[in-house]
Amino acid sequence: MMRLVFGMILMLLSAVSVAAQDLQALLQTHADEVAKPSRRSVSVMLDDLVASGLPQVPVFLEEWAGRNVWQDDATGLFYIGAEEGDALIIRDVDTGDETSVDAGGFTQLRPNGGVRRVIGTALVQFQLSDPDPARRQAALESIARRGEAEQLAPLIASLEGEADAGIRARKEQLITFLTARFSEDTAARVTAIETLAADTSVEARAVLSQILATTDEVAETLPDVNIAELYDPADAPEASYQILVDAGLAPALVSAGDIRAALEANIAEGRVGTVPVASLNTDAAREDAYAALARADLVPPLVTQDDVAAALQSHVFFAQYVETDTAVTQAARATLDTVETRVGWAQTVDMTLDGLSLASIYFLAAIGLAITFGQMGVINMAHGEFIMMGAYTGYVVQLFVPDYTVSILVALPLAFALTFGAGVAMERLIIRHLYHRPLETLLATFGISIALQQIAKNIFGTQARPLTSPDWLSGAWVISDVIQISTIRIAIFVMALIFLVALLYILKRTRLGLEVRAVTQNPGMAASMGINPDRINMLTFGLGSGIAGVAGVAIGLYAKVTSEMGADYIVQSFMTVVVGGVGNVWGTLAGAGLIGFLQKGIEFLNPSNTLAAQTYMILFIILFIQFRPKGIVAPKGRAAAD
Amino acid sequence: MTPTRKSFVARNPSVLYFLAALGLFTAIVAVLSEASGVGLISTSFVKTLGKTLCLCLVAIAMDVVWGYCGILSLGHFAFFGIGGYAIGMWLMYARTEIIVIDSLAGQVIPPTPQEVSDAIGNQIFGVVGSSEFPLLWAFADHLWIQLALVVLVPGLLALVFGWLAFRSRVTGVYLSILTQAMTLALALYLFQNDSGLRGNNGLSGLQNIPGFDDTGQDVVSIAFFLTSAAALALGYLLFAWITDSKLGNIIQAIRDDESRVRFLGYHVESYKLFVFTLTAVIAGIAGALYYPQAGIINPAEIAPIASIYLAVWVAIGGRGRLYGAVIGAAVVSLLSSWFTGGGAPSVDLGFYVINWVDWWLVLLGLTFVAVTLFAPQGIGGLFDKLVRKS
Repeated sequence: MMRLVFGMILMLLSAVSVAAQDLQALLQTHADEVAKPSRRSVSVMLDDLVASGLPQVPVFLEEWAGRNVWQDDATGLFYIGAEEGDALIIRDVDTGDETSVDAGGFTQLRPNGGVRRVIGTALVQFQLSDPDPARRQAALESIARRGEAEQLAPLIASLEGEADAGIRARKEQLITFLTARFSEDTAARVTAIETLAADTSVEARAVLSQILATTDEVAETLPDVNIAELYDPADAPEASYQILVDAGLAPALVSAGDIRAALEANIAEGRVGTVPVASLNTDAAREDAYAALARADLVPPLVTQDDVAAALQSHVFFAQYVETDTAVTQAARATLDTVETRVGWAQTVDMTLDGLSLASIYFLAAIGLAITFGQMGVINMAHGEFIMMGAYTGYVVQLFVPDYTVSILVALPLAFALTFGAGVAMERLIIRHLYHRPLETLLATFGISIALQQIAKNIFGTQARPLTSPDWLSGAWVISDVIQISTIRIAIFVMALIFLVALLYILKRTRLGLEVRAVTQNPGMAASMGINPDRINMLTFGLGSGIAGVAGVAIGLYAKVTSEMGADYIVQSFMTVVVGGVGNVWGTLAGAGLIGFLQKGIEFLNPSNTLAAQTYMILFIILFIQFRPKGIVAPKGRAAAD
Repeated sequence: MTPTRKSFVARNPSVLYFLAALGLFTAIVAVLSEASGVGLISTSFVKTLGKTLCLCLVAIAMDVVWGYCGILSLGHFAFFGIGGYAIGMWLMYARTEIIVIDSLAGQVIPPTPQEVSDAIGNQIFGVVGSSEFPLLWAFADHLWIQLALVVLVPGLLALVFGWLAFRSRVTGVYLSILTQAMTLALALYLFQNDSGLRGNNGLSGLQNIPGFDDTGQDVVSIAFFLTSAAALALGYLLFAWITDSKLGNIIQAIRDDESRVRFLGYHVESYKLFVFTLTAVIAGIAGALYYPQAGIINPAEIAPIASIYLAVWVAIGGRGRLYGAVIGAAVVSLLSSWFTGGGAPSVDLGFYVINWVDWWLVLLGLTFVAVTLFAPQGIGGLFDKLVRKS
């Protein structure tokens, strides 16, 4: 009995001694590994540390990776240390007791980058269950950046206790990614890959691309490997031959430069071999001379076109998947195709949104012209400068009103008032004298245009001025990784809509609009009905100019404010009105839509070159006008007479 | 032709006066230039005068198409630029070829044609990150072909564009906007680096005429000045003859009432197309003479605003009279370089100093408005009134 009790006590004691086994002791059993770790061997020790389940382990690992662990030269014990001048504050790895010692007797451990990465991976599993959600999130992001096979098990293990729904979803996503890439079980991989079909994120596509990574290979006969694609060497003979050369399967080509260098090196008494130097001024002569040198074994032989063709003929060129499992690559390929189709659709939607926003900008720029040019037939080359005046009004208002929201609200009516006044003044002083000479209106308003531009340059200088949008306009509406649109563009779109509705209302539903249309159609008859055409012309022109000013504020928020900004829009604006059909607000809308979408469409086909897109667009418009000279919405009946 | 019809000169006395004035002016400049040894007129000013003569030439072309035929083309400076590019390609190629052959002569082994061509390509297109010769440059080494292109490219472009525009009855301001669009498209195209014409770097070093390296710029400048004067004289004669002929009458009738001329049985489109194309060709020739004197051409020269300036000159000088265009182009462009070159004295208003470099464009713009409103016939119109009074 006594023996039994004794034995039990002994067992209890030993159990206690195992539980109380401290980290220091564990570290001492691996002392060499800890002091001089190498990337290969450190994982054995790390497995031991992790298996011990000691709560001190993650703290120690972090400090170790952070190069804060010191070893006592005398006893070989490890401490977590922090230098403070000459002194070293050391902390016991188990108890956390701090003592100040002389740094002289201690050596700092400096694990190299490779080892620290391995430590980091081991740490991840602790961080994945860390009580602090921010640290869990950080651990997940580090996995997302460099996924590794070893992370899969701890990730799955940590999923169970996860309380935060967002982090849980992210963990599940990463488990799918890692399973797709690293799982041992082919069926599990294929399933994981297939679930990725629903995910259009850049990350998911990157995972699929990584699974589908290939290397270009060459061999005499096709080996039995997971082949992605067979190449026809005739498609790119030079590149294919270069692969052969790189693989050491064929001699390098002798370039024209090599030939020249070899000939220069072998000149003797004005001759290369038997050929005089002076006659070496054609490629053929040089090749002959080089061939002679090659026959004398002075230089490597020339690789002829026949040699190249024969070499290409006798080898197969193919791309080989790094991944060896055919089932996996097939599933990944099929999934990637599905995803890319979906991304293609998303891009189409995104491009449509872009086109819509560009169209609204063109519409805003052109809507004032739709009135002055479309209704009155006045070519106002200074229209762009009214846009500029509006934008600078916004800028000046912001100098005085620091709150951006308020300043925009002040700037909009102020810009309208200012350009309305300028338009009325211009109509009274200049344009009304030229109603019967439209070509001269064009030139006179051009004179105003260069004068206004230069005055703006003299006042505000040549550099672009900022017109800052309020914070609530500076974000973007993100629908998915592919589809997003900035808030400012939505605002411009909304503004264009408001303008359209307001203008239609004014023209069709108000007394002023009725009189404007009457004067447009027949000024004499309108006058005899008691309408004052002078007054109406003045107001109409003022309205068109005022709208240009308001549009200027909107455009200034989106583009830069310079003295030349008006000139950037003037030709496009006239195009918009002409393409749409003069004298019709709907026409202007159609014109802006056509030009906006067309430009985005051309840019989509040739994304690197917006200049080319503009060029082709203008050419298209010139041709378009040939076939529909009156525009998309052509006036009908008597209105079309002139 | 009735027997009482007077001779061409009697009907157009201004031609004789103009040619006499131009001859006298040319002679004076030539005698006073540095090339003759007198040196009262500097070489750079001779170049300015030579360039002005070319601008006068393109201005009379503009006057014929706008003042006589009523087509306000905002594209004629584009034709001018195309002429400059066509000759500039040869100048640049031939000069680079000389430099490259010189530098390759130092090589131990004589260069192959391929090496020479590669080196020239590198020199010319290095700035736009390329060394390949684009197809556009296929004839750059043939002076005669490039000279033909000076005439052919603007002519063909004007022919195609005009045919498209006139046959669909695009007239008035619509045509102006359309020609402006064409100019903008061309300028934007040339601004691209892969247009094959060095993007916004343009072509440079055109003042160095290949084969005349030993000839000083004083002699080269006077040679170009005289050639420009001769071209202006010939162009003036040609246009005076055309506008005086029956063809000229029809053209002016089209300006005044296009529909009526059409109803009289004339094929209006053909006449307009002829005038449009011919003036485009003359504009191209003027450009080909202008840019070797300017030394550099880049796409900014072709921008739509340049064509509008051309119309401004003609309007200020007085439309519908050839000497008006010459006066307008000469006065405005010389004044412009005087003001923007800092030649004009600043005006001190006490509270503000008017610095003409900054305010010249404002003055020009307002002058232009005033001319349009109060003197639609321009300087030439005032001139006519004076002549008639005396």
